[in-house]
Parts: sequence; structure tokens; C-alpha cells
Amino acid sequence: MTEQVTQDSEPTQLPTELTVSVWRRFRKNTPSLIALIMLILLFVVGMGYWVLHLNDVHWPADPTEPDPPSQFQSPSIQHPLGTDDLGRDVLARILLGAHVSLLIGFVAVGISVTIGVVIGSISGYFGGWIDTIIMRFVDMMMCIPTFFLILTVAALVRPSIWYIALMIGLTRWMATSRLVRAEFLTLRTVDYVQAAKATGAKHLRIIFRHILPNALPPVFVSAVLGVSGAILSEASLSYLGFGVQPPDPSWGNIIAGGKQYILDAWWLIVFPGMAIFITTLAFYLTGEGMRIALDPKETKHI
Amino acid sequence: MSSSNGHIMQIRGLKTYFPIRRGVFSRIHGWVRAVDDVDLDIPRGQTLGLVGESGCGKTTLGRTILRLIPATAGEVHFDGQSVFDANRSSLRNIRRQMQIIFQDPIGSLNPRMTIEAIVGEPLKVHRLARGRDLRQKVADLLQRVGLSSRYLNRYPHEFSGGQRQRIGIARALALEPRFIVCDEPVSSLDVSIQSQILNLLADLQDRLGLSYLFIAHNLAVVEHFSDQVAVMYLGQIVERASADALYRNPAHPYTRTLLAAVPLPDPHIRRDRVSVPDEIPPAPPAGCPFYPRCPQAQDHCRAQRPKLQEVSPGHFLACLRAK
Repeated sequence: MTEQVTQDSEPTQLPTELTVSVWRRFRKNTPSLIALIMLILLFVVGMGYWVLHLNDVHWPADPTEPDPPSQFQSPSIQHPLGTDDLGRDVLARILLGAHVSLLIGFVAVGISVTIGVVIGSISGYFGGWIDTIIMRFVDMMMCIPTFFLILTVAALVRPSIWYIALMIGLTRWMATSRLVRAEFLTLRTVDYVQAAKATGAKHLRIIFRHILPNALPPVFVSAVLGVSGAILSEASLSYLGFGVQPPDPSWGNIIAGGKQYILDAWWLIVFPGMAIFITTLAFYLTGEGMRIALDPKETKHI
Repeated sequence: MSSSNGHIMQIRGLKTYFPIRRGVFSRIHGWVRAVDDVDLDIPRGQTLGLVGESGCGKTTLGRTILRLIPATAGEVHFDGQSVFDANRSSLRNIRRQMQIIFQDPIGSLNPRMTIEAIVGEPLKVHRLARGRDLRQKVADLLQRVGLSSRYLNRYPHEFSGGQRQRIGIARALALEPRFIVCDEPVSSLDVSIQSQILNLLADLQDRLGLSYLFIAHNLAVVEHFSDQVAVMYLGQIVERASADALYRNPAHPYTRTLLAAVPLPDPHIRRDRVSVPDEIPPAPPAGCPFYPRCPQAQDHCRAQRPKLQEVSPGHFLACLRAK
């Protein structure tokens, strides 16, 4: 047998994990790389600022303590992004608001992805009437005007960050479940799944070892893109007054507080608006870069 | 050996139909008869070649007998045991003994598992080995198919098509099966690699006493490799004989057409082309499935469906003109 050792070419690449090659592809996509670095920075600064705030360390000023003498100051060295109607520093409020957006974004997406993956997996793997029932339920959920449902619930309970995250998460899993279902339907018939079945592997093994790991990359991408949506939902809720309650700042309620002064104090609207815009854009670009890096057929950025 | 008369696999009246669903309520509109009433015996320790054009149901047949696709009707016996009636534990036991090798060397290996995990999985599923023992067994299996055990920690995308096919073969051998469905194992490989893989399969058959169902659309490959050959057309077996007899003396018009399509290595040889329409037209519901394309069709071919009958010892034919 040894004389028959294969004459085909030796594997040329060094042993590489798939994740390593994905990272190499991602790295070449400059806008996405910048976006990812910005997100990491935002995460460190936002969370760090929150921890410092809880320990009564403030910069450039206390974001929640009113200071009437210095109200409506335009941007200056002392207050880089100006002050609001109560004299609070806008930069400090935006920095403290960052953790709200990030927490709600990640927690809401965590919830929606978990629900979506479980429901989509069951639906796609078992198919038949189970699939029909689940997918009709998904259709039903999609018909509910989500935002108004959240508004109604928010009007009934006193909203905390976690409540808001939970509500956003519970109303955003449908797209994920459809995505996962579609992946399962495709992967169920793939040869390596058939091979596992032919060896007598059980359902759980086939699902967790063979299908799920190959179904997750697109889910991962949609999750990152979904964070933008969740952040926007939170900002909208807070803007309408049903989200994070003053005096705790969130990007949405900073804008809400400043809207009546829009002609006199533009910095109250523009800077938190830019924070929302840049953050959601960064999540979007990162997700998009991941999609391209994970798609073996996409060669644009190699 | 006793109950199954030297046949490892006995297929009787096998039908695999797929529903065609249409409309809002996805009502069943009709059926695709991928496998339509097939009787077939697979000889023990030998190779049965199964040939036919794309879409004739070869692959479906191969997967149905492994119970990877549910059968609509019929029976399959593996070594005297019913495959379709087997309960969970006896099915597991049967599955240890029959395996499959796929056509597509890319799609048949999970891209997120190492070679060790892929080849070792069957052993894990049946709790036959673990830890260092498992690693050693996988290394032995790789050696057996001509791959170095250095590759244990690599991923499928690092290998060439021929090497991946060897990995797929190693996985199929892991449980020491007695019967393997080879579903066009060389169709997607370079010609030079094809012969390597075929030699490997033949070598393994000799040493391990394997029986193969060898599915292919390339008749030259099948002739070289098979002891017996069955020709399939639109879900039915139209001719079956020993490889020699079939190639020397093809009886069914469809078999002749297929053989006429095999390219000859000598460009100076001229031969009479037997040509048929390329498109597969819908067959008459009652008659011979090949009727619309058959160069020798007669009126009664439209009305009557031919049955597979023995025309000379060991040579079976489903054609009304043959009598």
C-alpha cells in the first residue's frame, strides 16, 4: 500500500484554522477594519466611562448633576461639545450614554439570536408539519407592528435598560430564525451530513457538530448588523420618552431633551446624532466586512 | 451466506417517488418517479456497476437502499436483514456495515472539522475508540488509503480533490463495512487521479472482501471496474448482465446508445452513431419509458411496459423487441 502513497500535490498551505483565513480576508477590507477598531474603542471607552461614573470619577464634568450657571454654553475647551439646558456637559452625557446603547444593542441581539437559532434549527432540521407551524407563527409575529408593541409595553412598565433590551430582543428574532431555517434546509442535504447520517450519528450530533457550525457564519453577520437596528430602536424609544428615563442619559433622550432648543443650541442635537450615526455605521461596516470575509465566493477584497 | 444466496443486498420492487407540490397550499400535483420498481441483487464480494444518464435515479437508488432517503415502496434486505423495517438499534448495527463514498470531494467533508475528526467520527459514534487509541486508528485508516498521518490536524480545504476523495474513503472504511455505495467516486477527478482512486478501491475490495454498488455515468470506467452492470433509464433497470456480456453484446437500444457515446482513444476508427433526441421527452404512462427516444420503437412499445426478463443465462433485459 505504501507504494501507492498519493502523488497528488502536497497540501501547500500551512495548517490554518478557518478563522485565521477569515481574519486575513477581513483585514484587507480597510473601511471594515477601521469600523471594527472604532467599535473596540467605543466599547472600551463607553464601558470604562460607565465604571468610572459609578465610582464618581467624572470628565470633563458630572454628566447627571445640573449646573445652572453654565447652561447653553457652545463648545469650548472646558466643555468640548457644549452644555445643555441644565448646564450639564454634553460630551460627558454622550460618553455615559454609550454604555446604554452598547448594552442594549448586544443584549437585545443576544436574546434575538438565541431564540432565532433555536427556533430556526428545529424548523429547518425536522421540516414537515413542525416547520409549517413554526413558520406560520413567525409570519404572524412579523405582522405585529413591533415598535408600537414595544411602546405599549413601555408605557405600562417602568422601563429599565434590561427591560428595553428584552423587549427589543423578543421582537427581532424572526429574521434570524428564517435565516437559520434556510441554512438548515440547505445543509441538511449536503453530503457530509448524509455521511454522518449513514454512519448512524444521532440528531443532536448532526445538528451541533455538522449543521450548526456551518450555518452560523451568516447568522453572525446578521447579528452584527442587527446591533445597529437595536441601537436605533433604543434611541427612538428614548427619544419618544419611553426608553431610558432622565436624568440618566442615553443618546436618544439627549436629543429629545435638546430638540426644543435646536435653533439656539445646535450642539445638543448634532453631537448625539453623530454618535448614533457613527456607531450604527460602524456596526454595519463591520458586519458587511465579515460577510465578505466569510463568503468564499467573494473575491473583491482579496 | 445461506439466506441470501451469495447476494449481500437484495432489492425488491423498490420505489422512491418525490412529490411535486404546487400552489398556495402546496398540494401534491404529481410525482417524480426517481426510482420506479427496481429489482436488483448485489453480489457478495463483487462490484455491481450502475450506469445511466444524469437524472435517471442512480444516486437516489444508492441513497434509498442506505435509508438516507425514505423509500415509497419496496423492500431492501442487507444480508437477509430488512433495512427499512429495522428499528433504531438494529439500523445502527446495519449502518456499521454499509457505507457510502460521494461524488463531490468538496461537499462530502465538513469544512469545519479536522481530518482526524472527520475520519474518526464513525468510530466515535459507535463508541469503538477514543483518545490516543482513536488517533492511532485514524492514522492507520489514512495509511490504508495512501495518506500520511501527518495530515491529522489539517482541514479539508488544504487538500486536493484526489486527496479529499481518499479521506472520504478512509471515513467509509472506519467501521469496517462489508458493502459500500460508491456514488460516482471518480467523476469529478482528473483522469490521472481517477485511475489511482479506482486502483485503491479495487485493492481494498481484494483485501477486505468488500462489495460495491458502483454508480457512474462513464461506461468505460464501469467496464474496467465492475463484475456485473445494470443500466438504468428513468428510474427503471432496462438491462442487466455480466460486464463482459453487456459490453460485447448489448441488447437494449438504450444500452447501445450509451455505448456508442463512449469516446474511443483512436480518432481513425469510424463507427455508426446511434443517436437519440437529447431531451428526455415524457414517456407514455403505460408503455416503455424509452419509447419516445427509441430508434426501434414499435406501436406496442407505447402501450405495454416491458418487464425485466432473462434472455440468456445471467442476461436480463426489459425490451419488447427482444423476444
